[in-house]
Amino acid sequence: MKLSLNWLRELVDVDLPVDELARRITDSVAEVEGWHTIGGEWDPALIRVAEVVAVDPHPNADRLRLATVETGAGRQQVVCGAPNLAVGQKVAFATEGASLIDGHSGEATKLKLRPIRGVESAGMVLSERELGLSEDHEGILVLPADAKVGRPLVEQLGDVVFDLSTWANRADLLGVLGLAREVAALTGKPLREPDRGYSESGRPVEELVSINIGDPDLCRRFTASVIEDVKIGPSPAWMQERLLRHGMRPINNVVDITNYVMLETGQPIHAFDYDLVRGKQIIARRARPGEHLTTLDGIDRELEPDMLVICDAEGPVGLAGIMGGGNSEVSESTRTVLLEIANFKPGSIRRTSMRLKLRSEASLRFEKGIGPETAEYAQRRSLHLFEQIAGGRVASGLIDVFPGRQEPPVITLTTERIERVLGVAIPGEDLQRILAALGFACDVPGRGTYLVRPPYWRPDVAIPDDVIEDVARIYGYDRLPATMLRGSLPPVEPRPVEDLRERLRDLAVSLGYQEVINYSLTEQSKLALVVPGDDDLRSEPLSVVNPVAAQHTWLRTSLRGSMLEAYAANRRHHEGPLRLFEIGVEYLPVEADLPHERPVLCAISGGPREVAHGRHGVPSIDFFDARGDLEVLFEAIGIPLQVKPAEHFALLAGHTADIVTGKRPVGVVAQLHPATASAFDIDEPVFLFELWLEDLVADLPERPAYEPVSRFPDVRQDIAILVDVDLLAGRVLELIRSHRSGGVSLAADIFDDYRGAGLPPGKKSLAIALRYQASDRTLTDEDVGRIQAGLLKRLEKELGATLRGG
Amino acid sequence: MTSPTVNFDDLQAEALASLAAAGNDAAIEQWRVEWLGRQDGRVTSLLRSVRDQPQERRAAFGAGANALKNALEAALEGRRESLRRAELEALATTAAIDVTYPGRRRPLGRLHPVTQTMRDCLAAFKEMGFRIAEGPEVEWSSYNFDAMRIPEDHPARDMWDTIWVDTLIDGERKMLLRTHTSPNQARVMERTPVPPVRVVVPGKCYRQEATDATHEWMLTQIEGLAVDDGVRMSDLKGTLYEFARRIFGQDRRIIFHHSYFPFVEPGVEIAIDCFICRGAGSGCGTCHGTGWIEILGAGMVHPEILENMGYDSSRYTGFAFGLGVERVALLRWGIEDIRNFYQNDLRFLSQF
Repeated sequence: MKLSLNWLRELVDVDLPVDELARRITDSVAEVEGWHTIGGEWDPALIRVAEVVAVDPHPNADRLRLATVETGAGRQQVVCGAPNLAVGQKVAFATEGASLIDGHSGEATKLKLRPIRGVESAGMVLSERELGLSEDHEGILVLPADAKVGRPLVEQLGDVVFDLSTWANRADLLGVLGLAREVAALTGKPLREPDRGYSESGRPVEELVSINIGDPDLCRRFTASVIEDVKIGPSPAWMQERLLRHGMRPINNVVDITNYVMLETGQPIHAFDYDLVRGKQIIARRARPGEHLTTLDGIDRELEPDMLVICDAEGPVGLAGIMGGGNSEVSESTRTVLLEIANFKPGSIRRTSMRLKLRSEASLRFEKGIGPETAEYAQRRSLHLFEQIAGGRVASGLIDVFPGRQEPPVITLTTERIERVLGVAIPGEDLQRILAALGFACDVPGRGTYLVRPPYWRPDVAIPDDVIEDVARIYGYDRLPATMLRGSLPPVEPRPVEDLRERLRDLAVSLGYQEVINYSLTEQSKLALVVPGDDDLRSEPLSVVNPVAAQHTWLRTSLRGSMLEAYAANRRHHEGPLRLFEIGVEYLPVEADLPHERPVLCAISGGPREVAHGRHGVPSIDFFDARGDLEVLFEAIGIPLQVKPAEHFALLAGHTADIVTGKRPVGVVAQLHPATASAFDIDEPVFLFELWLEDLVADLPERPAYEPVSRFPDVRQDIAILVDVDLLAGRVLELIRSHRSGGVSLAADIFDDYRGAGLPPGKKSLAIALRYQASDRTLTDEDVGRIQAGLLKRLEKELGATLRGG
Repeated sequence: MTSPTVNFDDLQAEALASLAAAGNDAAIEQWRVEWLGRQDGRVTSLLRSVRDQPQERRAAFGAGANALKNALEAALEGRRESLRRAELEALATTAAIDVTYPGRRRPLGRLHPVTQTMRDCLAAFKEMGFRIAEGPEVEWSSYNFDAMRIPEDHPARDMWDTIWVDTLIDGERKMLLRTHTSPNQARVMERTPVPPVRVVVPGKCYRQEATDATHEWMLTQIEGLAVDDGVRMSDLKGTLYEFARRIFGQDRRIIFHHSYFPFVEPGVEIAIDCFICRGAGSGCGTCHGTGWIEILGAGMVHPEILENMGYDSSRYTGFAFGLGVERVALLRWGIEDIRNFYQNDLRFLSQF
């Protein structure tokens, strides 16, 4: 909504500076998004109103003329090229040094006078473009005839136009009157309502037209008036100017009045050419199946049965509350006008305009809910203007069909409630003053109780807290103290998965992984690269109806695709190691319910193991780097890591393992299949691990498995064993680490894996560093020998291992 | 046995000269074995030969030999010390390293700036006793809109451009990507039969809108909700004031502007004073010259919503707010374009 300060000032005195006014409106009424000043650059001494008193030919140029203008301080002669220059015009006249826009280049400049084709010019008669008013440079700007000669132009034409963003429940703020009322309440100045007086000199309106509301549930009120013998023509300059300032194009006096009154009161108005209304009757009813209407914008629209239409005796002539029909439009030949000012059910108007994708100034107002009483107000205001500027005779009486009349609610407001909601008391006199200024009726039946009746233009006010808001915003939220919440705290809901998620984030970061966040929506072709077709949960993701872009259509069922895209994109400008992770959710479809949002940690790494500026031979990240990261991570959260060789879609066989705790897989660690990597434009080995948080959390110990540190020294010993070449090292370590003998624990690591000469065929030698530790004593050689013998016996029995050289 | 005369001074001079020539640990050790070696070092042998000396010279010989031993031991220690010093000296000079040469870097991971900002915001509210909850991103239309008093035919729906999920359950239940975290007001209250409620709900939201420097279609919000007997709008002001000071600096001020959200009454927009231009205004790109920066929308929970949750709205009141995490991150770090966050470019991410 635009708001002209000049128009506002017609309805309420404003003596605040513009920025202060804007701030007060933003604080209490609606958001001022900005404003622009018209005439801010016009020096009052250098640009003034003048009158053209003579026009003579230029002695040396056919296209130029010599104008004599009365400036109020004497007559001056100027050279002028404008074709529309004529004697008697009031014009904008600039003298040497005035700040202008160059009519040709469009740039700001200062007027410098010089002789034009040999004739001195004392100044310049200005076009709209030169004044920065519009792009019009065809001719000079012609001012209203009543403009006072010698008056600074900024006083004649200057204005400030605010850009306001108002609220979805406040149709009244889409009118200058509604805004003026708010400003009056804010500043304590009286509101001057516009003139609504006129004389009824025509025939009784009932003889001219009949109105029928067929569907009173959608049409709450319908008022109509008729103006005969209207003289169609341009509206006066002041009205055109205001329409333009508010972003509307002047058409003719009749249409301009309807737009002007809408801008003023917020009430949309429709003017019919009375002579084109068939049967001289108007019916507001739901559309019939198959009905069509060509709206004023020239588009033929198919109507649906729940749309409200305005019809004459033969069919639709308007789409109620949205747009009139072309078949009854006011034109140059119109002589009699039928003025429709009605009130429609907001939801119906909105639904229809959304369905037809037709949103108009009228529908934007109706859908927000206009008080039905506004219709009559706007009728009287329009008829006043008709009488003033369009001539004609106003038929006597108004037709007013008002099935939706409702008594305003009486809202009981107590000081107790005000304090309960706001945390501060508002003095009774302030409260009553504010309510009165906003148009609320307020009775005080007893101390601390107010019976409040909101004005008809505020259908949004229904409950005591609505009234509290109106009082508080005008009273000023800056008068609200800042206090802290009191009372007891609610219990803490356990959030084990979310807690684990945050720990894993920190751990991944401490391992050198950069967190990324990918879009939740992706492309199905990208998903297909990482999700096998037989994974029913993941290969049929949910999609959205109206994606922002085609590549954001499908709710991802795997993080891997977007992680690989992020990896590839970063590889283009990074030579060093890349370690990326994301913790996000997979959206797994669930029959007849919201999808399962399954939290997953997905980490991807690859490239050289460290940043090496100019240092060559840095080894690449490999499977065991990724696995090592996992080991540290599992150690940190206190879950023993177990992996099992596995094969999975898009992962390289022989380089892929399930991560298992207990019996359940909780994730996967693997080298990505090079073909898949290549599909994402990655031409180096990349490694991935993924953890499924909901599965992992089940094995999370409540607290670390604490044991006191042994005060006794451990015993270290290296052994080598011979095993079958295909025996998994993990099984050897698992066995040793689980071996217990009389309270002695064993730690083990493999430090060499030798195959080849000197060994029996089909065997490999594993060199193992053992560490024996007892919590209650220093181990003797005999202890260690006994435990080792037991261990070797198990190794031989369970894994077929023999001590090498033993 | 003859008893050759021994000139201790000559011996000492010889030993010291040879020690001075020993330039490293090995040569010094060799010298020590030659002169002071326990087996047959020359001074050791001399000391051992004291009893072979004639009676009358024995005392003097012994004293001379002992003095020689002490002198050599002292010289040895001195020589070792000076060598150690020379080595340290060399480390600091000839063996000095070029400390400006790049080091061996450990990999450094970082949290995404949105995660960091989210955690900082949550921490601020946790200190004020707020619990944390979460809710689904794919949401029923009924929670996202109807439960929040945003009926289908109301123009308030224009405030949230919605991405709809291509699914219709039972011919009427519509799924969408939640446009705000506000549906969690209803979800949290539903599982809290009796107040108090004091919770913040972080999470991703989605909007069907064109992106530009200040608009992204995927965004992160934190919803706040406090409901109890005695929750006042002044408490909302105090809570958000503390939040603003914690995130944007201790000397921050906040103001409320009137605003409208269907699920709160009164409804406000909250702005902090501009910490870039500090109110100087004109020309400031952060506050656009107003001196104030809008940071979130808030208000008192609409009584109808409390009643729908089974709370007695004459007794229980509440406040709610919705905070854009990306907006906070943009402001605190002076980032010029919101679209940076989800492009995942390490050149951007590694700066936070």
